[in-house]
Amino acid sequence: MRTALSVVGIGVSVAMVLTLVGVSQGMLQESVRQKRGTGADIMIRPSGAALIGFSADMTAKVVPVVREFPEVALAAGTLVVPIGGVNSVTGVNLDEFGQLSGGFRYIDGGPFRNPDDVIIDDVMAKTENLHVGDTLKNMLNRNWHVCGIVEPGKLARIFLPLPLLQELTGNTNKVTVVYVKLKDPSKTDAVVNEFKQRLGDLKIYSMEEFASLLSIDNIPMLKTFIRVVIGLGIIFGAVTVSLAMYTAVLERTREIGILKALGASPAYILRLLLAETALLGAIGALVGIAFTYATRSLMNEFVPSMTTVIVPELWPIAICAAIAGALIGAIYPGLKAAKQDAIEAIAYD
Amino acid sequence: MEPIIEIRDLKKVYKQGDVDVHALRGLDLSVDSGDFVSIVGPSGCGKSTLFNILGGLTPPTSGSVHIKGHDLLAMTDSARTDLRKKMVGFVFQKYNLLPTLTVEDNIEIARHIAGDYGKPKDPSFEQALDMLGLRTRLGRKPKQLSGGEQQRVAIARAIVNHPAILLADEPTGNLDTENSELVLGLLKRLNEETGQTILMITHNPEAAAYGHRMVKMRDGRIVA
Repeated sequence: MRTALSVVGIGVSVAMVLTLVGVSQGMLQESVRQKRGTGADIMIRPSGAALIGFSADMTAKVVPVVREFPEVALAAGTLVVPIGGVNSVTGVNLDEFGQLSGGFRYIDGGPFRNPDDVIIDDVMAKTENLHVGDTLKNMLNRNWHVCGIVEPGKLARIFLPLPLLQELTGNTNKVTVVYVKLKDPSKTDAVVNEFKQRLGDLKIYSMEEFASLLSIDNIPMLKTFIRVVIGLGIIFGAVTVSLAMYTAVLERTREIGILKALGASPAYILRLLLAETALLGAIGALVGIAFTYATRSLMNEFVPSMTTVIVPELWPIAICAAIAGALIGAIYPGLKAAKQDAIEAIAYD
Repeated sequence: MEPIIEIRDLKKVYKQGDVDVHALRGLDLSVDSGDFVSIVGPSGCGKSTLFNILGGLTPPTSGSVHIKGHDLLAMTDSARTDLRKKMVGFVFQKYNLLPTLTVEDNIEIARHIAGDYGKPKDPSFEQALDMLGLRTRLGRKPKQLSGGEQQRVAIARAIVNHPAILLADEPTGNLDTENSELVLGLLKRLNEETGQTILMITHNPEAAAYGHRMVKMRDGRIVA
């Protein structure tokens, strides 16, 4: 029972780490999928924009300037406004965006008709349990009428008309991202270089480059966050194992005494306990990996807007961290066992 | 021939709080190889302390104790640990088997600790296993065995590394008469057929009679 609880304890900490990383990775992958779903070849972002987040805006005048380039087939500006948590609303010109991406695929309802209309994707609809005709409450201090539900994977999850969002948020004539479709996508790199030379400080990415940059390794805050989570996981695992092994050492006092009477050295006793602990850590890590599949299913069921993925490349690190945490936790009980007096231990009942 | 155990003026003083407890007060004893010595005496006379010293579980305070020429007084903790691996075998009153291991593993762990794990067992041990009647019990756990069987496993574990001396501390203390006679008979056969030197603590005069000679202790000394 004690062993099973230790394994579960380690498993929970491993699952916690892997799930948090899985959510982070999933959100990034979803972001890449949404950007790719625009059908654009190049993205233009404001000079101060971080890789994730939409903290800066640029003048909408950049859109007609970009359209003047002979290689450009289409250019569409969007405004992204955070609305709390990880959610944001995207202002979009449906005609422009339709030409760029082939348009939204409506599961239900249709485009904007009234000033209070909002379009959401299917994931958001399921998360918030919204249907066409329902009210999306208190977004930007207003209630909105859901006029259309679209297939996910294009640009964002919540959409308003671009001019309306600009006006509502005091961002008149401003955009956050300009998506550019080229006449010949094979010339993307050359056009990116040309944009960089002629559009001042603006950040220019090919979609491929943006997708490759959008990883945990390239986002310092996320990297730090994950390290902190892994650290907490190791501490949690270590404490769990320490308590379990301490109890185990007390329970096995007599057995340890017997081994000592047979000639086991303190190092032998310590080795025995650490080997058991390492095995416990490894099994706990495997259980944690199994838990990760369960948490992903639960997340997909109850919070579908937070895309969660399984991250197998992190498994070796998780296993090593679980074993390391368990071994750290076993050091004190192990030393206590190793130092036990054989005569007293054998007499222990 | 040099005795296998040579004890001269052995003293052992324990600290119990601020009080010194004189468990052994100048004990002399010689045991020849192949001897079977019964040690008798009232509780608190120092029998167990003598066993703990001979088994390397606790150091002597003063005097000299030699086992097969090795001076226990000069030994470090680590050296006494090594002594227990191959030089001494213990049989306890409460058997002291590891409950989660099978009979075979309980025996094998003694070889593992001695560094002999994986090496073929000595044919004489295989014979001893037959003599102890354990051949058909090797896969069982201690709780599946009777007290007599558990004590036989403890004897097998004690002799698997061919120790110079076998220390048996009240080996029949937890057994009924029939099993006591069986275990004592086995110890006697072991001594006679393999030449195993045995020192046995007992309260029971009938059990003590199985030895070649009887040593009486009182107040930390040998009195007869």
